[in-house]
Amino acid sequence: MNSRHPQLDANGELRHLLTIEGLSREMVHHILDTAATFVGVSDREVKKVPLLRGQSVFNLFFENSTRTRTTFEIAAKRLSADVVNLNINTSSASKGESLLDTIDNLVAMHADMFVVRHSQSGAPFLIAEHVNRTRGPEVHVINAGDGRHAHPTQGLLDMYTIRHFKHDFTQLRVAVVGDVLHSRVARSDIQGLTVLGVPEVRVIGPYTLLPDGLEQMGVRVFHDMREGLRDVDVIIMLRLQNERMRGALLPSAQEYFKHYGLTSEKLALAKPDCIVMHPGPMNRGVEIESAVADGPQAVILDQVTFGIAVRMAVMSILGKS
Amino acid sequence: MKAPTRISIVNGRLVDPASERDRPGGPDSALHVAEGRIVAIGAAPDGFEAERLIDASGCVVAPGLLDLAARLREPGFEYKATLESEMRAAAAGGVVGLACPPDTDPPLDEPGLVEMLKYRARGILGTRLYPLGALTVGLRGEKITEMGQLSEAGCVGFSQAQSPVLDTQVLMRAMQYARTYGFTVWLHPQDPHLARGGVAHAGHYASRLGLPGVPVIAETVALNTIFDLVRETGCRVHLCRLSSAAGLELVRRARAEGLPVSCDVSVHHLHMIDLDIGFFDSNSRVDPPFRSQRDRDAIRAALLDGTVDAICSDHTPVDDDAKQLPFGEAEPGVTALELLLPLTLKWAEEAGVPLTRALGKLTRGGAAVLGLGDEYGRLQAGGAADLCIFDPRESWVVTPATLLSQGTHTPYLGRELQGRVRATIVEGRLVHERDPAVATEARAADRVPEVPLGAIGQRLL
Repeated sequence: MNSRHPQLDANGELRHLLTIEGLSREMVHHILDTAATFVGVSDREVKKVPLLRGQSVFNLFFENSTRTRTTFEIAAKRLSADVVNLNINTSSASKGESLLDTIDNLVAMHADMFVVRHSQSGAPFLIAEHVNRTRGPEVHVINAGDGRHAHPTQGLLDMYTIRHFKHDFTQLRVAVVGDVLHSRVARSDIQGLTVLGVPEVRVIGPYTLLPDGLEQMGVRVFHDMREGLRDVDVIIMLRLQNERMRGALLPSAQEYFKHYGLTSEKLALAKPDCIVMHPGPMNRGVEIESAVADGPQAVILDQVTFGIAVRMAVMSILGKS
Repeated sequence: MKAPTRISIVNGRLVDPASERDRPGGPDSALHVAEGRIVAIGAAPDGFEAERLIDASGCVVAPGLLDLAARLREPGFEYKATLESEMRAAAAGGVVGLACPPDTDPPLDEPGLVEMLKYRARGILGTRLYPLGALTVGLRGEKITEMGQLSEAGCVGFSQAQSPVLDTQVLMRAMQYARTYGFTVWLHPQDPHLARGGVAHAGHYASRLGLPGVPVIAETVALNTIFDLVRETGCRVHLCRLSSAAGLELVRRARAEGLPVSCDVSVHHLHMIDLDIGFFDSNSRVDPPFRSQRDRDAIRAALLDGTVDAICSDHTPVDDDAKQLPFGEAEPGVTALELLLPLTLKWAEEAGVPLTRALGKLTRGGAAVLGLGDEYGRLQAGGAADLCIFDPRESWVVTPATLLSQGTHTPYLGRELQGRVRATIVEGRLVHERDPAVATEARAADRVPEVPLGAIGQRLL
């Protein structure tokens, strides 16, 4: 058992980005500051900087995601890296080579960076520890979402968005609403907000969608959305997947929307300048009403734009180390 | 080479949990073995001539360990472990007898399979096997097995291993049928519906890691059902691998009520908690999962107040391919036959438990559950010569090279433990002997820096 966090090297520098948990406030701000320098790049005539020229980034998606994969691809290309996309369907009945065999093969093709999405919590840790052991410091792993565990670049781009609109984290009340149980975004957001010193993080949802021991993550738990939204500065809505309606977690999308969907009427309970965020893709009419999603308080498309800059920042910091 | 049958063990500290005697090593602490029995303690009988003299200076001489759960993986999983490798590991761990669960492939649900297992084991000098027969055919929880014939073939009890009996009527019928012949049914109390999909203790740490949880109520709901069925059927039940404070409290009450139940815990659960998963360490993936510190403390307390009869290894060799996977996909199980004694000693040391009591949970406790007679699990003239001779102070590092088991996965990998077996005698035959002077020791490079267990998880809080 290794005592050091596998995402840090011996000097405490980032070698991989696996989770926001354990990052210092300075490190998070450093990533956000770096991202700020990249926001302008996308507006330039030549949307490229040469920071990762000659490096190969492998997008390794064991779980489908067009959106996240695309933003990583754009971020890598704007850093002048070569990008290879691999979609590996693990759910197929024919189980092919093992996860670590796949990694070894790609490392042998001189991959410099892996962007990994996997349905199992912790899979990027396994990969990072494996390349630490077999390859040393030259190969980097970025977690692009693992099971229910973490989605650190989404968490960071959410922090970037909040910093952009609200400036000071230490005066905020933030509500995270919905399916926290299955949400890696919620966990990364809660960790990001906590490390940046947000004094009140609220979580709102029915008991069936909230994990055990949530309070120990430093949040206040609400089951009544109206109560939970009162006077908040930021609302982060979570995506509710249709498959949740199949088991015994929720009776129907309609009932969910009635109690936990964000409507203009409920949004009015928050502060007048409250911003509304959503990691996408949205289910209109399930967790959010179109009037809110397209309304003046929504910053959902800003999140997407900032997301590319944040991913460029993470890749450039890792690629430099 | 023929193993010597007349052995004298001299200068050892004799520890007998059954009589709570702890006699320091000295001139009168000799123990003499012949024809499979302890023939004398102290002076040798007239005319006794030892073929072999073992100097046990600095060592403890205790009854050999009786382990209530060790998977040998045969038949069917020979790529994980073989009878040869695991019986050698058992002997190296001081284990003289072990109960093997029926979850082989095929499961032990036919007398012929049990006879084959015993036949294979007879060719290997070592530990005695006490096979557990399958309670239902194929462990499918549908149809009861030929328990009478399985018993004649050598099964000491009937178990579902980790497979559930989803149909409570089938479970009741199985218990009624077992009751007819006085057989003990061994059950893992875990409600399969409540545990479904879970891979770690349901608590704040699993939530933080995004790992689906196995809640404590999966254990308590199952226990309440089992106790109702015991009341109804009168069947004797041995409860395997209790993991929670709440579960142990239910067992405590059931015993106070006088229900015919006994219970064991796994040795890793005396030490490990959910935080020891650290960063998704699949060496800490076990079933039932490591629970909270409060549960761990309750397990320790329940050993002392008699709620728990025995500590078992729950030895489960797993191949590397099945462990080098994301935590939730990794196969549960740890190697433990060779860790059973040192980890029990570690508990005794930390909790200030006298050696006689601690070793009682590895010897008499198991003997009682297995229904062995008074000649087993104790040091007495006339009793079975099942002995474990160990140096309680010898330090060693757990590495694949220092383990004889084919399974090498345990959260203790790379850690230093105290207490190591020098010799194991089964029914008067020396089945394992280790000379510390020539033993292969782990190189210093194999060691990992000493970090208190739980420290990694703790640091994240």
